[in-house]
Formats: sequence, C-alpha cells, structure tokens
Amino acid sequence: MNMTVYVPMDSGAASLGAHELAQAIASEAARRGIALELKRNGSRGMYWLEPMIEVETPAGRVAYGPVRREDVPGLFDAGFLNGGCHALALGPTESIDYLKRQSRLTLQRVGVVDALSITDYLAQGGFAGLRRAVRMSPAEIVAEVTESGLRGRGGAAFPTGIKWNTVLNTTADQKYIACNADEGDSGTFSDRMLMEGDPFCLIEGMTIAGLAVGATRGFIYLRSEYPDAHRVLLAAIETARETGYLGADILGAGKAFDIEVRLGAGAYICGEETAMLESLEGKRGIVRAKPPLPAIEGLFGKPTVINNVISLASVPIILAMGAAYYRDYGVGRSRGTLPFQLAGNLKRPGLVELAFGTTLRELLYDFGGGSASGRPIRAVQVGGPLGAYVPESQFDVALDYEAYAAMGAMIGHGGLVAFDDTVDMAHMARYAMEFCAEESCGKCTPCRIGSTRGVEVIDRLMAGEARGKQLALLNSLCDTMERGSMCAMGGMTPYPVRSALKHFPEDFGIDATQAA
Amino acid sequence: MAALDNREFIQTAIDGHRHLDGALLPALHAIQDGLGWVPPEATPMLAEALNLSRAEVHGVISFYHHFRTTPPGRHVVQVCRAEACQAMGASALEAHAKRSLGADFGQTTADAAITLEPVYCLGNCACSPAVRIGDRIVGRVDATRFDALMAELREEATA
Ligand SMILES: Cc1cc2nc3c(=O)[nH]c(=O)nc-3n(C[C@H](O)[C@H](O)[C@H](O)COP(=O)(O)O)c2cc1C
Ligand code: SF4
Ligand code: FES
Repeated sequence: MNMTVYVPMDSGAASLGAHELAQAIASEAARRGIALELKRNGSRGMYWLEPMIEVETPAGRVAYGPVRREDVPGLFDAGFLNGGCHALALGPTESIDYLKRQSRLTLQRVGVVDALSITDYLAQGGFAGLRRAVRMSPAEIVAEVTESGLRGRGGAAFPTGIKWNTVLNTTADQKYIACNADEGDSGTFSDRMLMEGDPFCLIEGMTIAGLAVGATRGFIYLRSEYPDAHRVLLAAIETARETGYLGADILGAGKAFDIEVRLGAGAYICGEETAMLESLEGKRGIVRAKPPLPAIEGLFGKPTVINNVISLASVPIILAMGAAYYRDYGVGRSRGTLPFQLAGNLKRPGLVELAFGTTLRELLYDFGGGSASGRPIRAVQVGGPLGAYVPESQFDVALDYEAYAAMGAMIGHGGLVAFDDTVDMAHMARYAMEFCAEESCGKCTPCRIGSTRGVEVIDRLMAGEARGKQLALLNSLCDTMERGSMCAMGGMTPYPVRSALKHFPEDFGIDATQAA
Repeated sequence: MAALDNREFIQTAIDGHRHLDGALLPALHAIQDGLGWVPPEATPMLAEALNLSRAEVHGVISFYHHFRTTPPGRHVVQVCRAEACQAMGASALEAHAKRSLGADFGQTTADAAITLEPVYCLGNCACSPAVRIGDRIVGRVDATRFDALMAELREEATA
C-alpha cells in the first residue's frame, strides 16, 4: 500500500509555501524510491502551524508543522511516513488541543478530505443530506431547516427557513438560489476555507436549497480576490455533474439543479444582497430598495434565495443528522455553531468552529494564545469593517446574536480582528470612514457624502481644532448615517467609529465624559 | 496592428459569453484576463453586442475596482490594506512598497515591471500582512520579504 501524505492546498497554507513543500516531498520520495500518494486537503485552520502536513498511519493521522522545504529530508530520515519522532511532530491530528476543543459541524470535512475527491466526500458522510432531501417534499425540507434554528451566517442573522419558505410559497416559472460568496469582510475567511477545502459541501447545500424551494438554477457569486476558490469550485462542479449530483436528474430522482460560478470585481458593496443581484445581472452593484424582497422578486426579477456560503454549507448536516442535532448546539436564539475566525495580532490565528455562547476571552486567549506581539490585546473588531471595536471590559460577554446587539456590537460573519495596545483607535475610526467612502455604492447621500465628511471631521478632531465642536459634528454625522442610509454600509459604519470614541476616547485627545 | 489584435480578442471574448444571462461581467473578466486591461475599443463593442448603451458599459467598468482602463506592468502586485493586515503592520508595508517601488497605488514602476494596487482583504487574514502577485497569495510579508519577492519578479522578467 502507498503511503499517504496530506499537504494542504488551501490558499492560506499556500501563502506560506505549501505548494513548494508538496513538490519537495514528492521529489524527496522519488529520490528515495518511496511510493507516495500526495493528497491535497484543505486547512485544519491552525494557521500558525501551516504548512501543516499529515501522514496516514495505522493509528490514524499524525501531523507535523509548520514544515519548511528545508525540513523535508530530516522528516524522511526521522521516518515521518510512519509517524516517527521529529521536532516538528504534533502528534495525532485529532488530539491537538485547538482542534479537539471545537465542535466542527459545518467545517467537519475541511482539512480532512482531499478537496476535489468525491470519493473522499462520500466516505466522510457527504451527500447523506441530499439523499434524504430527495425523498422529502419541499415543505418538509424547509420545515427541517426552520426547526434547526439556522440563521444567516453572512451577517444579518435572518432565519434561513423563513426565507426559504417565502420563496417556496411564491409561484414563478423560474426560481434561483444565489450563494453569496463575496466574503468582503476583513478578518473573515471561513467561506474561502469551506470552498477551497470542501466544495462538495456547498454544492450539496445549494442543491438541497434548490429542491426545497423549487429552484433549478444556482449561482455562486464569488469575489475575484479568491482565485484558488474559483479553480476548486469549477472543478468540483464539473465532477458533481459527471457523477449525477448536479444536472438534469439529481440522484435519479427526476429533479434538476445546476450551478454557475460568477466572479465579482473588487467591490465590497456587492456583498450586500441586492447589490449582488445587480452585479449578477451584469450591472453596477447599486443597492436596490426593499421591498420587493429578493425572495419574491430577486435575480432577473424571479424569486431568489440568497444565502451565505456557511449558511448553505450548514444545511447538509442538518438534513443528514436532523434539525434537533444541530439546534442542540448554541444558546438562546443563536442555535448551532459558528466558525469564528481569529485574525490580526494573535499568536495562534485560525478558524475555530464552536457553538454560540462562547466568549471573546476564550477565543482570544485559550485558542488564540494572546497577542502575537506579546503585548496586551486592547481592542477587537468583531464582525468585519462595519462591526464595533470591543474593549477588554466586554471580553466576557457571551457570543450570541442578541447579547452582542444589546451592547451595540454585532457578530456578523464571525470574524475577530485583534489589535494590541500599539493601535491608534482614532486612526482605525478614520479608516472605517475612509473605507465607507471608498466602497459606498453612491445611492444615498448620508453614506456617500457623510463618509467623506467623516474622514475630514476626524482629521480636524485629531489636529486639535475646536475639539468640542468637531465631536458634536461627528456625532450628528453618525446619527445621519445611521438613520438616513439605505443599507448597512452607511448605516453601520458609525459602529466602529462610535465604539472607538466611546471606549478609547484618549486616542482622540478627549476624555470619557466628552465621548458619550 | 496591436489594436487590430485587441479587437479580434475582444470580439472572441464577447462571443464566448454573450449567451449568458448578465453577460457583461463575465465578458469583461475574459477581456481583462486575456489582455491585462479593458481597452477603450471594448466599450462600443460590448454595448453593441449586449444591446446596452456605451454609457451603461462605461458605468459598469468604472464602478468595479478590478477593471483597469490602462495597461498594467508585467506583474500586478496588490497589498492588503484591511484591518487584520493593519493589526500586523500593513501600513508600514504599504509605505515601504510605495517607497521601494517608487510608485503609488494605481501606478506602475518606471521599468514597467510592477503595477501596485491596494486590496481590501484577500481572505488570508490569519497569515497577515498579505500580498497578491498575479494569482499567487503570499502571507506574513514584511519589508525584507517584499523586497525579495519583487526581486524575484524582476529576475523572471530579465531571465
Ligand atoms: C455592505 C454589506 C456587505 C455584505 N457583505 C456580505 C458578504 O460578503 N457575504 C455575505 O454572505 N453577506 C454579506 N452581506 C449580507 C447580505 O446582504 C445578506 O444578508 C446575506 O448574504 C444573506 O445570506 P444569509 O441569510 O445566509 O446570511 C453584506 C451586507 C452588507 C450591508
Ligand atoms: S448606504 Fe451607502 S452603500 Fe448602502 S445604499 Fe446607501 S450609498 Fe449605497
Ligand atoms: S485583512 Fe488582509 S487578508 Fe484579510
């Protein structure tokens, strides 16, 4: 039997040299006359250990990392193919604390399977959800998803089942599933990891969605910043078609569904669902007024389910294991798990999938290992560029949608960006306004003009010009943006700005009483 | 001569995509992937083929950061400016990139080797600061690593 070595092809691992490493391992094996099967998996999400390789042993998979090309001959000498001792040995993969303490539901196969092997996918329980779904009525599928408590993972946390139900109950000659793979938020990469590491899971989730609402066509709107995910998705869709999981006759059940991938073009606002539809239609990504809801009049004017990658990829396990299994994870109205993404200034950045209800402190310190710089963590931006900066005093609030909303923050897509105490929060507030000015779709004045004025006001505030006056101006500008913007771009840019002012007034040269 | 080649290429790209619903973006991607940019002659051709006004086509090209209306250098280098990269020193990297290349964002080096662009997140936030060179993503880039990467690109060009 061939020895099997896993080397991730995830773009994060690749960004640290995984492709060169795979080559080095292959040629060293050839040089030593060892027959070797190299499998390209996704990443387990422990990026400080990437490139992390694994070998298949009779006792299970054993990991080594971070491995550089220079380490390869030594690993062979140490007999790593049989799990031999080496300075880079991490032991059995599943026993690594960071991984062991997670609840991997949605990303259970990412890093485990060869991303493009449908055989691997099937061996790890893939398509069990779809097999069940083809025997159910659309209403039964929708009910199962509703009961699971799944809420949209793309930001707004709207119940997925309710959205599907609206589309199911709208009659039309054509309906669509539109997967939002724009993932524009800084600090988020779970969509990318899922698409690169387990593309069949997304395909399965979209197909189930299609069966549930009677849609025969699906689009994946993928950001152009993800060239690797693009390649993997195209290849996986082709394989799924060839094997009867996509196309005119899904699993021989007489139902049709197919998927097309469309690339975005570097516009953050195209992650907003109606701007995404405009972009998919080949237009400028300008936000549409609602109503009509996209569920009723969406893509090309037809009823459309719009869901985030992780929302859709959570559906196969819900169908395979039942609604209750998924719902039993989580707290309150935040059910199931969320892939939290640990980024920024952390010793052990990566992806941690956990049930809702955990805390920032646990994520930042128990998993993240504290700051990479060794300095105190001062602020964490949660939920992307429109998310609030959370100070240490709030690190123990449970991560659940409602608890976060109550403190004026949001979980969003689950991205955490940690900053140490060298951060200048006035600079970050300015950046938030600058980003909004750069990325605004331009449809409404508070967002388009307000963000530009916001940058100017913060500049004057920092220059020390009539601080009281500038501060009042900034506050009223934030009010106007919050109340007068059509979408969350303008409506939530005040979140990072106001949270920075509120929790870190000293960086603006003011004191706490002035900030409030 | 070059303009003629461009026209032919553009027409082929358009013909390959015009059957799609919402064909404009896929056609623009195909044009830029092949030519490195979207030349001015593409606008009337796209308008004609897709039954749009020139203003509409122009509106779309100018809306998206990705589409370029001037030819880039031999390599396009994008430096991530978003928060997670900032938390790990992206601002310093950005300053270094501009200084060492002698080019601002949107500009090309004097030797036409490198076009520098900003990017807002490459999804490589756990290995920040991140840079993209063509379709290759590179993680944990500091000034030294950046210089080495740029030297590599220039060697490729002269080799
Ligand atoms: C400015 C802005 C950007 C957004 N970007 C994304 C994104 O990149 N990915 C995403 O899934 N949702 C994004 N959203 C949320 C979508 O509008 C929408 O709520 C979501 O895709 C619905 O899917 P879900 O219910 O599965 O979360 C964004 C919203 C706004 C206002
Ligand atoms: S808030 Fe900004 S991005 Fe949203 S619709 Fe208005 S201008 Fe466009
Ligand atoms: S913030 Fe730079 S890669 Fe995400």
